[in-house]
Amino acid sequence: MAGLLLSPTEKVFILHGVQDDYRSDGRSNIDYRPMELETDVVSHASGSARLRLANTDILVGVKTEIDVPKPDKPDCGKLEFFVDCSANATPEFEGRGGEQLANSISNMMQKAYHSSQAFNLKQLCIFEGKQCWKLYIDILILECGGNLCDAVSLAVKAALFNTRIPFVKAALMDGGNIDLQLSDDPYDSKLLDVGSAPLLVTLCKIGDKCVVDPSAEEENCSVISLIVGLTGDRKYYYPKDADKQQSVESKCTTIGMNGPGSVAPKTLKDAINQGIVAAKSLDEALGQALLKERQQNIGIKKHSYGFLK
Amino acid sequence: MPGPDLLSSQGLRLDGRRPNELRRIRCKLGVFTQPDGSAYLEQGNTKVLAAVYGPHQASKSKSTTEGVVVNCQYSMATFSTGERKNRPRGDRKSQEMSLHLRQALTAAIKTELYPRSQIDIYVEVLQADGGAYCAGVNAASLALIDAGIPLRAYACACSASMAWRNGEPEPLLDVGHVEEAAGGVVLTVASLPNTGSIALLEMSHRLHMDYFKVVLSRAMQGCRDIEIILDKAVRDHLAEGWTKQDVVTI
Repeated sequence: MAGLLLSPTEKVFILHGVQDDYRSDGRSNIDYRPMELETDVVSHASGSARLRLANTDILVGVKTEIDVPKPDKPDCGKLEFFVDCSANATPEFEGRGGEQLANSISNMMQKAYHSSQAFNLKQLCIFEGKQCWKLYIDILILECGGNLCDAVSLAVKAALFNTRIPFVKAALMDGGNIDLQLSDDPYDSKLLDVGSAPLLVTLCKIGDKCVVDPSAEEENCSVISLIVGLTGDRKYYYPKDADKQQSVESKCTTIGMNGPGSVAPKTLKDAINQGIVAAKSLDEALGQALLKERQQNIGIKKHSYGFLK
Repeated sequence: MPGPDLLSSQGLRLDGRRPNELRRIRCKLGVFTQPDGSAYLEQGNTKVLAAVYGPHQASKSKSTTEGVVVNCQYSMATFSTGERKNRPRGDRKSQEMSLHLRQALTAAIKTELYPRSQIDIYVEVLQADGGAYCAGVNAASLALIDAGIPLRAYACACSASMAWRNGEPEPLLDVGHVEEAAGGVVLTVASLPNTGSIALLEMSHRLHMDYFKVVLSRAMQGCRDIEIILDKAVRDHLAEGWTKQDVVTI
């Protein structure tokens, strides 16, 4: 992580802690740090969320646009991820400094959402082969405190859960062209089905064990980290029709590695299993939090805390 | 002049304000831990974050013995405007805004105290609804105070426009996006209200010289009003006794 210096002694201290399953901040190896989440914070966006995971601060805004679907997938919509590393996080990101990190995160997200079992792009279709919705998912990194990928994926899922897409009121066919009339009423809109949207879990190899949610100091100690994208479970987000669906196994949508080191196949397998456990509990917690927030805000205009809390 | 529509016959503006009223300002100092100073400011629906790093050693090429180098960057989140922006920074408008920020803030900072040093000021617009530059200056001012950098005075910025009511000219304070888009004149002033001096003045569209003075004095009044709000925020923050930087992690 940028601008952090650790002495060898400090590194050994962290390493020993991980080996005994008791980390320097008192967590075990599969515990996350406390998080704060708020949705609907940006009024110019169709959906938005702000997530603060310890010192990592992420703001996600989703904007919608009408586009023409790809010829090979006429009934699918489009997703585009854009990550912006704000210079607020560290002066190194000034100008184009954060572009490399931004690209690696947006590619990771794109890959994780690419699978049809992760996110159903058919719900973004308006007219097969003619028109579809394109979602611009803009991610703004305001502060880096380690574990960016996990925080970004959580914030994106929350923002998508919050996204409203206006209904189409009327469509006029004029030759080959379609003229759409969208509903102006902000409440006359549909929500997206994001239950199966993937979450990314970063597993940091320290010594021969892996930890989830590494702090910036722990990231500094590890030579390699593994990023696993795992699909979510709909039952946490839509408990009403839970009886209709059977519990699904979480599926791996992407695996990536970061860093100069290497891992043995056995460690890799263990790490992925550890990631599945972590992703499941994370998914459940996120679903609960989002449903609770939605429950609280039925019928009333939400009072936004934003950054003022 | 597209004046008449901006004020109703009762003398109220499109968003219900009176001509001399500011939008609601809410702000908070010390929102982040990593920067040396940070602030969040909301002016109506315009929301801005500012972070300050430094003073630290300046790079060889920039460093001067006369005073500190003030480095500013203004960027807008891609979802901050009604239409999606393709680039958060680097376009012409944000580069111009960065220069204007530097102009206004250099005037406020006691630059002579830190030779061969540099102060980085980053302003991030999260939501733009008119007057993003003004909100940026105000937020940066708070962030500088949070960082503990000696200032001559608060740097406050405010915009003003011009409308007509019953044939009489009536300047409007703190212009919102709708009023900006209506095409009237927008006068942006950054000033140090404590000393009464103007650090930056910018005007778009045209305005008759006869009315310049009233519009300017209304904008200056706005700066003084904003200073009172910022000062109260700083005092409240200090009374609270700690900022997030004081919370030690690890």
